[in-house]
Amino acid sequence: MTSILAVDDSASMRQMVSFTLRSSGYDVIEAIDGQDALDKIGDRHVDLVLTDQNMPRMDGLTLIRELRCVDRFKRTPILMLTTESSDEMKQAGRAAGATGWMVKPFDPQRLLEIISKVLPN
Amino acid sequence: MSDTHTSESSGDVFDLSQFHGVFYEEAGENLTSMEALLLETDESNADDESLNAIFRCAHSIKGGAATFGFQDVADLTHVMETLLDRLRRRELAITSGMIDTLLESGDVLKHLLASRQSGTDAGIDCTELVARIGAFAHGTVAAAPAAVAVAPAAPVAASLTEAPAGAIASPVAAPLAPGERVLEIAIGPLDQPRFADNVVELFGEIPGLGTIEPTDDGKPDASQTRHFRVVSTVTDSDLLDLFSFHVSREQVSIREVGAATTAVAAPVAPQVAAPDPAQEADQTFGLFEDLPVPVAVEVRTPDAVVVAAPKAEAPRAADRAAPASANLESSTIRVPTEKVDQLINLVGEMVITQAMLAQTGRGLDAVVHQAMATALTDLERNTRLLQEAVMAIRMIPMTAVFNRFPRMLRDLSGRLGKKLELHTIGEDTELDKGLIEKITDPLTHLVRNSADHGIEMPADRIAAGKPEHGTVTLAAAHQGGSIVIEVRDDGRGLNRAKLLAKARERGLSVSDSMSDTEVYGLIFAPGFSTAAEVTDVSGRGVGMDVVKRNITSLGGSVEIDSVEGQGMRVSVRLPLTLAIMDGMSVGVADETYIVPLASVVESIHMTASDVKSVGGTGRVVEVRNEYLPLIRLDELFDVPRSVEHNGGIMIVVEAEGGRIALLVDDLIGQHQVVVKNLEANYRKVPGVSGATILGDGRVALILDVSWLIRRVRH
Repeated sequence: MTSILAVDDSASMRQMVSFTLRSSGYDVIEAIDGQDALDKIGDRHVDLVLTDQNMPRMDGLTLIRELRCVDRFKRTPILMLTTESSDEMKQAGRAAGATGWMVKPFDPQRLLEIISKVLPN
Repeated sequence: MSDTHTSESSGDVFDLSQFHGVFYEEAGENLTSMEALLLETDESNADDESLNAIFRCAHSIKGGAATFGFQDVADLTHVMETLLDRLRRRELAITSGMIDTLLESGDVLKHLLASRQSGTDAGIDCTELVARIGAFAHGTVAAAPAAVAVAPAAPVAASLTEAPAGAIASPVAAPLAPGERVLEIAIGPLDQPRFADNVVELFGEIPGLGTIEPTDDGKPDASQTRHFRVVSTVTDSDLLDLFSFHVSREQVSIREVGAATTAVAAPVAPQVAAPDPAQEADQTFGLFEDLPVPVAVEVRTPDAVVVAAPKAEAPRAADRAAPASANLESSTIRVPTEKVDQLINLVGEMVITQAMLAQTGRGLDAVVHQAMATALTDLERNTRLLQEAVMAIRMIPMTAVFNRFPRMLRDLSGRLGKKLELHTIGEDTELDKGLIEKITDPLTHLVRNSADHGIEMPADRIAAGKPEHGTVTLAAAHQGGSIVIEVRDDGRGLNRAKLLAKARERGLSVSDSMSDTEVYGLIFAPGFSTAAEVTDVSGRGVGMDVVKRNITSLGGSVEIDSVEGQGMRVSVRLPLTLAIMDGMSVGVADETYIVPLASVVESIHMTASDVKSVGGTGRVVEVRNEYLPLIRLDELFDVPRSVEHNGGIMIVVEAEGGRIALLVDDLIGQHQVVVKNLEANYRKVPGVSGATILGDGRVALILDVSWLIRRVRH
């Protein structure tokens, strides 16, 4: 089963994303911030990472940098979910190693479309 | 525009309303933390951690609100976020005006969310507030918040806050200042072209917004759309916020055609472009292969898009390690209150069943049924532990109540012209959730009373040799099975002579021999007020009596202690929970009643001769040289008797400062009873505060002692 790590400090956003993904047959690992994400994945397999940027303890950019230091995450698609679509933010995401970005708010259908574009076949 | 992607477009596939409940709770928590953080913020030395945390609160609410389609909430939090973002980046310095406005915005958000939740229309117009925050965010406000919209200023070419001095340049011919972008903005289709002119005027009115010039000879195109070229440092979403005063967001399309770099900025030939729907959709998502590589490079003509090379990743405060208040949500679960209440009810039933079993077990031969007896003892212990554990679920810390007071005192300081400080002690003390909700109003009134009537004006305080700042202290602590909450102040205290004089004026029966406690207790008398003038803060003195009545109805008591010139202390004592009560069961003929143990003073054997009749129907009994009104429970509740009962036991009970004697047949015993709401299960019965189920399965009524005492008085 395709496994997606969803990281967001907002419970409602997290639930919405998880619900959408689970009802489409994805396995979801939820985390409340970057630190929690690192704690939760352990040696679990992850096919795709969706992460918010602004979070307590560890933000999205730091999480992406941390993940890219791990061999098995070198090629995993990572999407940043952000409310800002400024070039500055995109460049920072790219420099940290994100695969792409997606602007909040989004609707569930759109999320699924984008995920299917990004996931390796 | 990305904001158009809301839940509505796919509502038929995924029902997002199922997440609204979580969102409301989360937003409520975020607003509470934001308020607390704002109140702690030191204007002269705001720390990064707090500013980031405040930003995150607004950011998180905005994200959820936009996703779930709460546009008003999203719009307001968006401008707040813009301001907070600049504050945390140290592009602006926080002022008390900003804090006040952000606090006010928090209040407005609470109302907006509450009305969304209840499905009513809040009827709040946030336009002025949004503009005020926007003005702060764009650095266009010095002191007077409302100045933005009315002051027509000459267009200023470059940002007042970001451009280095001397860098003000003509946007068309000269190179762009750092941070400036060249935008093509299409506004339409418009019913009336003048709406677009209003947008143009905005650039004249708001300094620092940038410049705008038409690229269409001032006439709308075939699709009634106007086209402009704008040079600005302001973000797209901020522009949209400002434009939305005049035209709807959907009517505006913004396209960036050039940005400043540190190296070179090629002014771009204006290009009139109708918004391309495909391109618009892509603004919500992208892969980095699509982005221009981070080297200054020409992407395509005629749009020479030049981007700055990415800066070395300087670790910002947000990236740094764990803040003190790490989010612990993953170790907690959120459960609706009804589920907990249901659990408590079931445990209550189980306590009753256990009591029945215990009673049956007592009739068994302990030698023959030894195993049974042991199991029953274990059951009793486990039931008690289970009950305690379940009750603990409903217990929440007093922080929930105390949290509101810093804000209240801040507001009161301003309104009363006094200097007030709040100290809280024991905010971790836990209390039943139901009680917390009910004690909030009485405590609010007491704190307000202290601030208004207790604490003196700064000049008076200095004259009295006290510190200029008055201190209100809130303290909570457990004492036995109760919680004691104290509201203390170091104000002027109560004046015994003044109180007595006032009481006489009000026609209350008082005497100089009354104890201090009794005299201070007078302020709880209906209609009693000692303040020389009525203020809009504490009102007209109606209230202290209500405070006392509310506390009494929760099974609590309130006491006042004061030293004139040094302050006063109001102590509120409450039971820890309303669900379980210590009761004394008494027998009247074949019925059993429960008297709350807290109100029992003593019980005395008596004979019919001790009773004296007064005024025909009334009866009194002499107890320790004091005549107390006597109520026969059999008469009160019309209990049928097969045989006449003489004598019996008299229980002296006390509540609301009065004492009466209740005549019963027997004392059965003291035990904890599970309180069942009679009103919810049957109807309200005068003289009865609830019911419980006894070990033998029968129902026993719990007496409302306060009501009995009031009945005798009137």
